[in-house]
Amino acid sequence: MTNQQETAGSRVIVSVLGEDRVGIIAAVANILADNNINILDISQTTMQEFFTMILIADMEKSKIDLAALKVQLGQLGEKLGLKIDAQHEAAFRYMHRL
Amino acid sequence: MFTIQEILETIKMVQEENLDIRTITMGISLRDCADSSVRQACQKIYDKITRLASNLVAVGDSLEREFGIPIVNKRISVTPIAMIAENTAADDYTAFALTLDRAAAEVGVNFIGGFSALVHKGFTGGDEKLLASIPQALAATERVCASVNVASTRAGINMDAVYRMGKIVKETAELTADHDGLGCAKLVVFANVPEDNPFMAGAFHGVGEPECVINTGVSGPGVVKSAVEKLGDADFGTLSETIKKTAFKITRMGELVGRAAAERLGVPFGIVDLSLAPTPAVGDSVAEILEAMGLERCGTHGTTAALALLNDAVKKGGAMASSYVGGLSGAFIPVSEDAGMIRAVNEGALTIEKLEAMTCVCSVGLDMIAVPGDTTAETIAAIIADEAAIGVVNNKTTAVRIIPAPGKVVGDTVEFGGLLGRAPVMPLNNYGAAKFVRRGGRIPAPINSLRN
Repeated sequence: MTNQQETAGSRVIVSVLGEDRVGIIAAVANILADNNINILDISQTTMQEFFTMILIADMEKSKIDLAALKVQLGQLGEKLGLKIDAQHEAAFRYMHRL
Repeated sequence: MFTIQEILETIKMVQEENLDIRTITMGISLRDCADSSVRQACQKIYDKITRLASNLVAVGDSLEREFGIPIVNKRISVTPIAMIAENTAADDYTAFALTLDRAAAEVGVNFIGGFSALVHKGFTGGDEKLLASIPQALAATERVCASVNVASTRAGINMDAVYRMGKIVKETAELTADHDGLGCAKLVVFANVPEDNPFMAGAFHGVGEPECVINTGVSGPGVVKSAVEKLGDADFGTLSETIKKTAFKITRMGELVGRAAAERLGVPFGIVDLSLAPTPAVGDSVAEILEAMGLERCGTHGTTAALALLNDAVKKGGAMASSYVGGLSGAFIPVSEDAGMIRAVNEGALTIEKLEAMTCVCSVGLDMIAVPGDTTAETIAAIIADEAAIGVVNNKTTAVRIIPAPGKVVGDTVEFGGLLGRAPVMPLNNYGAAKFVRRGGRIPAPINSLRN
């Protein structure tokens, strides 16, 4: 694998943190679907009364770039009272995988 | 794929424990900018820096957004200016400092390092002129950082340079007296200086470096502190192991960001500096890590041992995380930039003598220390000589960044603001060393320099 692929790639991690309520997953999935971003994996749990969702998505065929996605998710987060962010998958791969 | 715990660990490091990339530093060679005309040389320097670094800040900002990790500073280091400026007939090199300042402002970086000279064995004509220009250059510019290497294990200690730097530090403080001697915060005196250090104020682009390169420095004292606190009363082996694992994770972020920045800027990736760099923010403190290990206050008995363990574990964990390691690589102990250090000084736990001992086992030296304004040039030179001796004999980098704050006395506080923080004025030994530092000449290289 070249360095280019190691730090580029098209996968992102979407994280949602906050109080649980109806429709969180649907709202996030809608934004992704509207922008042609494919969901690869999704997991959720409740930790210390906080709803936590982690979603791995592929932006290869996305209509928008990561910066624009972050803005859209951030706006949704504000509306729902949650913290929603998207980060490049490499940040997690570098830290947690050899 | 990743577990939720892993994802949250990373997010928590950034959001709660101040994990960040302290700096992406672009090293730029100015060797092809030498010219007999000052005007021409300065124009070439300005053009080259603004051309190569034009995207540095934009790339840094976009990486920050994509990876979700703050990149606090984007900076530039250049070939030691003495080597470029000495091709001109000028006696005063302030014009070169002003050019660096303008270029840094144009590309949007907050510091540019390399108003430097390497004089560990002696001075060239250009070195002498550069040293003489330092006080004025630092007073006349905002972003320029100066450094001078006065000693090395192979050459010994150039005591003429040490004494001269004592006087230059004083003069720099006086010329920036209206800002509490702020100029001295941008002036580092080194022994065994590394040529690929990304951290200011001591960064410059060494002569063995390529045309242009990206080096990174990470910062994560808060993450280490939090990991140490979670351990409770674990034994030393467990403590060291935990710090190693944490340092590995922190350093991986530096490796990732450095590689990505180098790719996007189209220049080679140089090194990651395995650093633990504190900031004045509470919780982002090296002193607080030592206290979390079980010291009542940083500076008490046991501090040197605790710092030695921390520094070694950071290097062991970090070395595994990066393909190329360099720079200063170790824990920093700058007093003014570390809330825990400031508290320890104010409460009488941490003295300059203990700081000197601590510099034997960590990455730099007496860093960002404010001393009374009436401290003599000879005393400052003697402090520099002591640090240089530690570096030369122990085959390590040491440095002195000391601020004789004009008009201030012990008990006062000096405010620099921002990342430079604030420093309590510390007492020094009242006895002089003037006769010693005035002897002149060079302290020979130690026997352990003969390694061939």
